[in-house]
Amino acid sequence: MAVISIERMGLLSVVCVSLFFSSTFAVDRGNFKTCDQSAFCKRQRALKPGQSPYRALLETLELSDSRLTLQLINDNNKVHLLLELYRLQGNMTRVKINELKPLKPRFEVPDVLIAEPPTEPLSVLSKDDNGVVLSLGAENQRLIVSARPFRLDIMEGPEVLLSLNSRGLLAFEHLRLHKDTQAQADGAEVKESVDGDQQQDEGKKDEDGESEKEEDGLWEETFKSHTDTKPNGPTSISLDFSLPGVEHVYGIPEHADDLKLKTTDGGDPYRLYNLDVFQYELYNPMALYGSIPVMLAHNTQRTMGIFWLNAAETWVDISSNTAGKTVFGKMLDFVQGSSEKPQTDVRWISESGIIDVFIMLGPKPSKVFSQYASLTGTQSFPPLASLGYHQCRWNYNDQEDVKSVDQGFDQHDIPYDFIWLDIEHADGKRYFTWDPHKFPQPKEMLQGLMDKRRKMVSIVDPHIRVDSGYKIHNEITSKDFYVKNKDGKNYEGWCWPGNSGYPDFTKPEMRAWWASMFAYDQYEGSMENLFTWNDMNEPSVFNGPEVTMHKDALHGKWEHRDIHNIYGLYVQMATAEGQIQRSGGVERPFVLTRAFFAGSQRYGAVWTGDNAAEWDHLKISIPMCLSLGLVGVSFCGADVGGFFKNPSTELLVRWYQTGAYQPFFRAHAHLDTTRREPWLFGPENTALIREVIRQRYALLPYWYQLFYQAHKTGMPVMRPLWVDYPKDTATFTIDDEFLIGSDLLVHPVTEEGSRGVTAYLPGAEEVWYDVHTFQKHNGAQNLYIPVTLSSIPVFQRGGSIIPRKDRVRRSSTCMENDPYTLYVALSPKKFAEGELYIDDGHSFNYDTKKEFIHRSLTFANNALTSSNLCPDCNFLTSSWIEKVLILGASKPSKVLLKMDGKETPVDFEFDTSMSVLTLRKPGMNAGADWTLLLQ
Amino acid sequence: MTCLHLLLTLVFAVSLGTPVEIQRPRGVPLTKKQFYEESKPFTCLDGSRTIPFDRVNDDYCDCKDGSDEPGTAACPNGSFHCTNAGYRPMFIPSSRINDGICGKMTLHLDISPQQCSMHGMVLHLKFFLCTDCCDTTDEYNSGAKCENTCKELGRKEREVLQKMAEITKEGFLLKQQLIEEAKKGQQEKQSKVTDMQENKKQLDEKVEALRTVKETAEQPEKEAKERHLKAWEEQKAAIRLEKDKAKMAETFLELDDNADGFVSVSELQSHAELDPDADGTLTEIEAQGLMGGAEQVDTSTFESVWPKIKDKYHSESQAEEPAPVETPPDEVKEPVVDNDSEPYPEDDISEEEDEDDEDEDDYHEDDDKAQPTIKTPEKTHEDEEAMPPYDADTQALIDAAQKARDDFEEAEKALREMDDQIRNIEKELSFDFGPDAEFTYLYSQCYELTTSEYIYRLCPFNRVSQKPKYGGSETNLGTWGSWSGPENNKYLLMKYEQGTGCWQGPNRSTTVKLTCGKETVVTSTSEPSRCEYLMEFTTPAVCQEPANIDPSPHDHVEL
Repeated sequence: MAVISIERMGLLSVVCVSLFFSSTFAVDRGNFKTCDQSAFCKRQRALKPGQSPYRALLETLELSDSRLTLQLINDNNKVHLLLELYRLQGNMTRVKINELKPLKPRFEVPDVLIAEPPTEPLSVLSKDDNGVVLSLGAENQRLIVSARPFRLDIMEGPEVLLSLNSRGLLAFEHLRLHKDTQAQADGAEVKESVDGDQQQDEGKKDEDGESEKEEDGLWEETFKSHTDTKPNGPTSISLDFSLPGVEHVYGIPEHADDLKLKTTDGGDPYRLYNLDVFQYELYNPMALYGSIPVMLAHNTQRTMGIFWLNAAETWVDISSNTAGKTVFGKMLDFVQGSSEKPQTDVRWISESGIIDVFIMLGPKPSKVFSQYASLTGTQSFPPLASLGYHQCRWNYNDQEDVKSVDQGFDQHDIPYDFIWLDIEHADGKRYFTWDPHKFPQPKEMLQGLMDKRRKMVSIVDPHIRVDSGYKIHNEITSKDFYVKNKDGKNYEGWCWPGNSGYPDFTKPEMRAWWASMFAYDQYEGSMENLFTWNDMNEPSVFNGPEVTMHKDALHGKWEHRDIHNIYGLYVQMATAEGQIQRSGGVERPFVLTRAFFAGSQRYGAVWTGDNAAEWDHLKISIPMCLSLGLVGVSFCGADVGGFFKNPSTELLVRWYQTGAYQPFFRAHAHLDTTRREPWLFGPENTALIREVIRQRYALLPYWYQLFYQAHKTGMPVMRPLWVDYPKDTATFTIDDEFLIGSDLLVHPVTEEGSRGVTAYLPGAEEVWYDVHTFQKHNGAQNLYIPVTLSSIPVFQRGGSIIPRKDRVRRSSTCMENDPYTLYVALSPKKFAEGELYIDDGHSFNYDTKKEFIHRSLTFANNALTSSNLCPDCNFLTSSWIEKVLILGASKPSKVLLKMDGKETPVDFEFDTSMSVLTLRKPGMNAGADWTLLLQ
Repeated sequence: MTCLHLLLTLVFAVSLGTPVEIQRPRGVPLTKKQFYEESKPFTCLDGSRTIPFDRVNDDYCDCKDGSDEPGTAACPNGSFHCTNAGYRPMFIPSSRINDGICGKMTLHLDISPQQCSMHGMVLHLKFFLCTDCCDTTDEYNSGAKCENTCKELGRKEREVLQKMAEITKEGFLLKQQLIEEAKKGQQEKQSKVTDMQENKKQLDEKVEALRTVKETAEQPEKEAKERHLKAWEEQKAAIRLEKDKAKMAETFLELDDNADGFVSVSELQSHAELDPDADGTLTEIEAQGLMGGAEQVDTSTFESVWPKIKDKYHSESQAEEPAPVETPPDEVKEPVVDNDSEPYPEDDISEEEDEDDEDEDDYHEDDDKAQPTIKTPEKTHEDEEAMPPYDADTQALIDAAQKARDDFEEAEKALREMDDQIRNIEKELSFDFGPDAEFTYLYSQCYELTTSEYIYRLCPFNRVSQKPKYGGSETNLGTWGSWSGPENNKYLLMKYEQGTGCWQGPNRSTTVKLTCGKETVVTSTSEPSRCEYLMEFTTPAVCQEPANIDPSPHDHVEL
């Protein structure tokens, strides 16, 4: 959580206090920079599309097997850049641009790519004075390097898929000496505000002198009371991308905005800068807690991705030649045949580092996901229990409180797996410790939970209380692991404990030490059912510029400016590693983080931060998690109920219904809100909440299998409809409903007092079954669904098989050996398929020892067959198949189970009204080969 | 307590059971044994369908009401019966069968009553959790190694129940006393109010009578005083006239420099201060003007000149020493200031005493009015001479009137006090002190609990407050609102509302939970939600009549 309780933070500086005393419930925008207030963004954005001053020096071209290098020159300032091109395996191209001879090295982001991406040979198809044509291998794909001005085009056949610097917005502020030190050495050189400055007359103005340049913020910049000393001067970079034929772009989270990205003309660009935003506002491009600089471009023909690997403050401008045109206008263009092709133009601007771009060419959505996964890794495979329900609050006051909430769940027969402890559990906000009065016996408490087969999460934030009586602080100090300020002293800032130091998580030694702190003998009172929550890891610094760390703070030789957006990733990385190590590498970790970056999906779950108990916040949770899913982070959720303020009962119930169908399912509440455990709103509402949490638990086998798939392939778990229906333009902007995997379609009710919702059921060939009534609906229609407070519209796709565990217990672990019910939803062609994945639910043995069961379930020709997808796997389960429901079936005369060469009859029932065939207790082990024959 | 009733009923029911294990399907209570006959097909208890008996407890749910699977977890709404020999039988939701969790019922002497919902019944269990079977019969196939804890539990429960029963018994006795006292007190108060109201009537009359006496005595007093004053005024005027005359004569002599018996124009001109146009010089014409056009005036004619000049005229003898003239007023002022200051500075009066204070203020005002009459002589210090004392007749009239006033005021004050007392008693009588007024004794009492940080103070029917142990101001956690327990017994909870506001939050409020105890004590406080406090309070006043069956000797049949 991020809100500062003034009562508790009496020592805050006046500046900081005023920051949080806004009377209305909304972000105080004045605390955060607009592009105009961020000097490099303003400089870069002042540069308008036009002829690029960059020229490729073709004579410098060098081609090794898979790497092409070429120098670029800026004709205005004669600074040379080095272009590197790689053809990567899996239909990707990497474009790197750096200074040929920088004054000192520029930062290149480490630890994001899981490995140096494997390359494939590049070959020159043709070359002349105007440029070079390279082959990208299959499908007639070519990469064209144009020399004057420099631009890159990726073609497939006659089509341009994507162009770089086609609008001439490549701009590279080269490292330079400060004017004082420069000492008129090259007074003749025209100073430029941006390297790519094309307007010579503007260049002349720069000679006016000192004052103008200071305004440009090249060497120093002040925002509110904070001055950013910029010892390296201007270092920003920018590049434009044109996407012909593309009208829909997605991704670049985290923003509280619609799924489909909007054009940014006339407003601020989308900002990527990890910030602790108090009471964030919806539907705008302001930066939030995390940043993933990945954008997806989609049309009916193709899906592509752009991954801009840069961890500095980044702004993304989007414009479109069709934006603002009405449907009628577009139609007119079409009829008149005069239409220019729709095109989206994107421009990325970062404050420092180099240009390092991965162009993922798809062409299918699933291919883009696997391409991105091949670069940054997939979603970590979470422990099964973490897919259950999480009960959190700032704060569960003491051990008794934890015990009575735990008992409350049993008394009301509501399952849950994790109870959470926020910052008040620690002794004076010293993480890794326990308040001696409130939590005197943490092990006793954890044992009590373990007896119930439940778990706990405690918060461990990366700000460390400066306190000579605190072991963690003393060790970090003695090992010199703190981030330094610009003067080389330990950087200190205000956070929950008061004055705090910030460990330098960019240091591998620091991370190793941090990980070791999670060992059972180091983190006193911890046990194997205690997991971790990393909050405030943007990092949040209450009295820092924009509530974060000063950009001139130092991480070794790099400035915080260079690494800012990856700090949070490192915190979660080190924490997850600690959890793995404490179990000797056996157990899977579970770590929740608020800040994130490209690659964070490898370390755990993410939530959307400090939302509010408002209907719009419930709505926005869908596009926010969909956007994260598109760029690798599947394990996403929003605080159920809303963090700030008190939800109405209706909103709370609706939020549970929505959250139960989102990947990370946790209720959370601010310290100042009234209690809202699920049973506090009367028996009727308790029953509604109980019901939907039970629906979640029944579907855990499906969720788990989807996470296994996400872990293996990079396919998002919670998906926009267009991912599975890429040619159906009606799906392209839908973000009030979503798919879980390919087979469940969910349209949560997010309107107050709603009496009905209209859900779009995609797929002209599809049928969809209401999972509650089994009623069948045709695809490619807008279906009006009347709703009551108990409704959560969910549909299973005809053609799918979903395994459920309908016996809901107190926790997911209690359900381990329970039998499965298979929900077979037939397609119009009487076909269905699905999978079943089973392992121990918590260890790495699935990976290290192949201890899992992975089965393919197919219904075809009136036979349902389970076959082994992993014959060399070994895992034994006592779970069995207790029931099979076949939706859209016709009544058989006889049902036979074929197994081990024997045929035995199976009892069945047939419901004619809904055409549901129920096979009674076929009884085979879930890991066995079998066939059920309908005759 | 109601919960105790339920518990005991259950225990009692079992103790009547046959002490032999009767064969029946797993999870079926004895009371329902007759529905599960192995030789017959089974009909779901809701009558919805009939199935072959081998489908009972076959780990597949056939009945919508879950009745075919009493011993497995197959039905989502099933319930499992465990005998719990040595303890007491119970139902648990069938989802708890073979879930790997043992019936580890721990004693929680330190926790508040828990509600445990089992099979539609809601029990208040103060000490035990009831989620699993202590006899381990619910974990027959989960691999969990559970220990049978029923005996131990039974023993502990008996101990606890016995203790509770004792407490209840003694508490209930105490409650009877409280009710007795309260009834008595109430009657006393009621009759007191009646008496007082009677007295008040008399007092009213007395006040009216005294008012008449006062007014009758004040009339002659007023007249006598006025007479005396008038005589004194006349006397003073005569004296003043004499003085003026003397001054005039003196002045005449001073002006008549040549002592010729006439004051001439030139002699007058020597006194420039008499200049009528204030130009600094008294011209001849001006002087003549002052003298009514005459060149000179004699003593008798001077009489007409004197009024025109006497205000400006500077005596030749005084002119040399003007400084001391300004000092006397200062000396006069100081005592006046002292007189005005009130005996109790307002700042010292705390807000809570506001109401009382107003009354006091009234008295002060009366005092202030009284004072001037005494102090008048001193205040008129500027006057040349003090007023002569009243003559004996007048003084007698004054004394008589003063006495009448005093008597009247005293009676009036007594009436006010009487009114206050009646109001207070009526207020107390208007409180809802429970069906038998058993909570009356808590009125105007306060109970404290000291924790590591704070001292909590509960003043029933008044307010709850919190004060830091080591200095700092008191915070109001709510003032008396209402009884807010459940419908069947609203006297189990007290609600105190509208306490000090929280920063960006609601006003503080406190719920006080009352449980049966021999002593009247605040046993714990907590803040489950921010600024919403919970206080646990034991009192004999909520102790229910113990059940007829004495629980202590009841024999737990070892089935």
